Amino acid sequence: MSVKLSRRSFLKSVSATASATLLVGFTPARILASGHHAGEFTPFIRISDSGTVTAIIKHFECGQGAATGLATLIAEEMNMPLDQVEIDFAPADGKKYANLLFGAQGTGGSTAMANSFMQYRTAGAAAREMLITAAAEEWGVSPNMVTLVDGQLSASGKNASIGEFVATASQMEVPAEPQLKDPAEFVLIGNPNTNRRDNGPKTDGTAQYAMDVHLDGQIVAVMLRSPRAGGIMVSMDDSDAKEVPGFIRSAALPTGTGAIVYAQNTWAAFQSRDAISAEWDFSNADNRSSDQIKADLLAAVNTDAEFDTKGTPTDATQGIENAAQVISREFFLPYLAHSPMEPLTCTIAPTETGVILYDGCQMPSGAQAALSAVLQIPPENVEVKTLYAGGTFGRRATMTADYHVEAALAFAFNGGQGPVKLVWSREDDLKGGYYRPAVAHKVTVGLNEEGRIIGWDHRIAGKPIFKGSPWEAFIVQNGVDNSSVEGTRDTLYEFDGHYVGLTDDTSPITVNWWRSVGHSHTAYVMESMMDLAAEAAGQDPVEYRLSYLKSGTADQNRLAGVLNLAASKSSWGEPLPAGRYRGIAAHKSFGSYVAEVVEISGDVENGVVIEKVTCAVDCGIAVNPDIVVAQMESAIGYGIGHVIRNEITFTDGEVDQWNFPDYEPLRIHDIKAIETHIVPSTLPPTGVGEPGTPPSGPALANAIAAMGTRVTHLPMTSNGVSFF
Amino acid sequence: METSLTINGQKHEVNVPEWTPLLWALRDELKLTGTKFGCGVAYCGACTVHVDGQPVRSCQTYVEDVADAEITTIEGVDSDVAKAVHQAWNELNVAQCGYCQSGQIMSAIGLLSENPKPSVEDIDSYMWGNACRCATYQRIRAAIKSASEILEG
Repeated sequence: MSVKLSRRSFLKSVSATASATLLVGFTPARILASGHHAGEFTPFIRISDSGTVTAIIKHFECGQGAATGLATLIAEEMNMPLDQVEIDFAPADGKKYANLLFGAQGTGGSTAMANSFMQYRTAGAAAREMLITAAAEEWGVSPNMVTLVDGQLSASGKNASIGEFVATASQMEVPAEPQLKDPAEFVLIGNPNTNRRDNGPKTDGTAQYAMDVHLDGQIVAVMLRSPRAGGIMVSMDDSDAKEVPGFIRSAALPTGTGAIVYAQNTWAAFQSRDAISAEWDFSNADNRSSDQIKADLLAAVNTDAEFDTKGTPTDATQGIENAAQVISREFFLPYLAHSPMEPLTCTIAPTETGVILYDGCQMPSGAQAALSAVLQIPPENVEVKTLYAGGTFGRRATMTADYHVEAALAFAFNGGQGPVKLVWSREDDLKGGYYRPAVAHKVTVGLNEEGRIIGWDHRIAGKPIFKGSPWEAFIVQNGVDNSSVEGTRDTLYEFDGHYVGLTDDTSPITVNWWRSVGHSHTAYVMESMMDLAAEAAGQDPVEYRLSYLKSGTADQNRLAGVLNLAASKSSWGEPLPAGRYRGIAAHKSFGSYVAEVVEISGDVENGVVIEKVTCAVDCGIAVNPDIVVAQMESAIGYGIGHVIRNEITFTDGEVDQWNFPDYEPLRIHDIKAIETHIVPSTLPPTGVGEPGTPPSGPALANAIAAMGTRVTHLPMTSNGVSFF
Repeated sequence: METSLTINGQKHEVNVPEWTPLLWALRDELKLTGTKFGCGVAYCGACTVHVDGQPVRSCQTYVEDVADAEITTIEGVDSDVAKAVHQAWNELNVAQCGYCQSGQIMSAIGLLSENPKPSVEDIDSYMWGNACRCATYQRIRAAIKSASEILEG
């Protein structure tokens, strides 16, 4: 395709992007009976004439194991070894491949397995029935005489590969309600010895990520962005860039948000951008420094809240005024970057009818809408080729589809004639916004003479993530963005006088969901305060928590279950050797229940050593238990790494951090051991990508408190705690 | 300008300025994309390759400095140590997103080549510079131990 953008149509397209509708409704349509291309058994299974079964994965694979997980469901229902099922990522098709919990095609909220469990099992069972029926008709026997095992159909002495029946079976009507396997018969689901399907390409260097795309005639684009959120470019000078070998040209964006720099290759693009100077108008930018941002957020939690999200202040005050003891703490949790290992990148190339996007695509429906709006072509003319994603932690999906819009602009301003690859550097990643919002909390708790909570006044201030986005209608109610308060007002602990107030921050600094979203800060505060309350009450932190889960709801029982399991596996009741300390925290998020015990040694002046993390998780049925364990290890490392030493800070509106040396990732020596225990369950599967993160920070904080230092402002290394 | 590089036993001519990082010559010119770009400042290890058998960060190694060297990338490793490392990595399901794993594996091969029976402290010290944002570190440690045992036979 070729693209010519006038300034007017450009501005129109950008504003259209900002409101591009991502949601197509919540009704999970019965979509099994579609297709009927040769070899296509439902949208989720393709079988070749030679009998190779391919699972079509509707979620992207960012390390969380969704590709292996969904292939496992199909292999289980088709009675096949997992290593014989190939994986392929689905094209963009928001009807066939919608996330049933979103109503649009995309991955997030730890929902991949939860929304696919029945859908992919049903697809596998349908394919099995179709193949068996085809063989039974051909052989003139009853279908219940035919078995399907390891890709072989058999009946009364006859044997054939499924490949022989693909042509006839795939023309049959897809059974709407095929017979699913009895869970007692599961061979793969719940098997701790299954291996990931992406091990091979991820260890020999052949796995293809978006960063690896090299198309004929492709050029590279990088963006020059405002150094301060909300800045507008007044002028630029690229005369020095013209000296850089490989520089093609630069193009200022009519919106004033920056410039596109084109070059023949990535290195030339980075060098060219470095050679460009620009003048900016910061009159509408956020020009504050971090001290001021922090002071403003803390001021907001020391006054009346904008929204009462649970109860009223009076509910809490009554208890607090009559309390025998009052505990009050302010918390500050900083902006955080996601920093997936693969910096953001995607490539757009022209096709006969539109474009194709090569991307580690977390939200195909959103990317499709964004490209459609910017390029003014119908969404169905935007193809998406999903490649492996080098991590996300939330960053590859934003409300504005930010890097997809940038790539579309770069493609359009190049005339749409050839492939354009947009690349972010690590510096772009740290300075480019879409952070976990900085938040302040203040909690005041009143305890009666028995140490029981009789008033809990909790005020939160931070920038809402969902307000103003296409998802607002689903997440924001009565002005309250639930992602700002999740994990507080819906806590499973039951006590009287619970008030939760919220004040929205309105900084132009862009924010985004970050592994576990609101729970990434609310769990830190809730579980620190529960520990403080237990200490004030003179009670054991585990027993104290359990005493607030006594109504016996299923939710409470499951949280109590992981608390008890983590406690017993960490020998909680037994004394520790001299110099060892431990802390516990538990939290429910994304439908799963996780408790963690962190054991430490050393001291806060010379260095705390994280000796061991013991984790207990209840995520319903664990489809791939080893992946569940891996996700807990990952989520714990991610949570602890940021809590100990990561923050995005500002000086006069400009991000101070530059690259990994001052946004130091967790390293191999930082956590000596992690041990994970899964609660056996037959309940439907729930999330595992995120729920391990929320309890990790407070469990560590509670261990350090046992050492004598309570840390309420993060990161810990900026607030008096050193690590070995 | 033309520089001749010996990569995985084969001569390749690359036409790039001599101060181009080896990383970008490998990735953008030769399409050897198993070597990854993570930070560009030698602080994450995703770009680790071997130069004359030693792990180096290719993002801070310049084409002009390796013109006479034997360069090995993830695509070219096939020693017994490399096979043991691959086997251990796969058996223990180390990779998650996988993006850093080429670099992790190149470093692990470097470690086991000079120290076939590393202690946990040896592993932590040698692997310190290879970041993994998925935090697969527990399994990296275990896989290096396992590869060491495989090599011992």
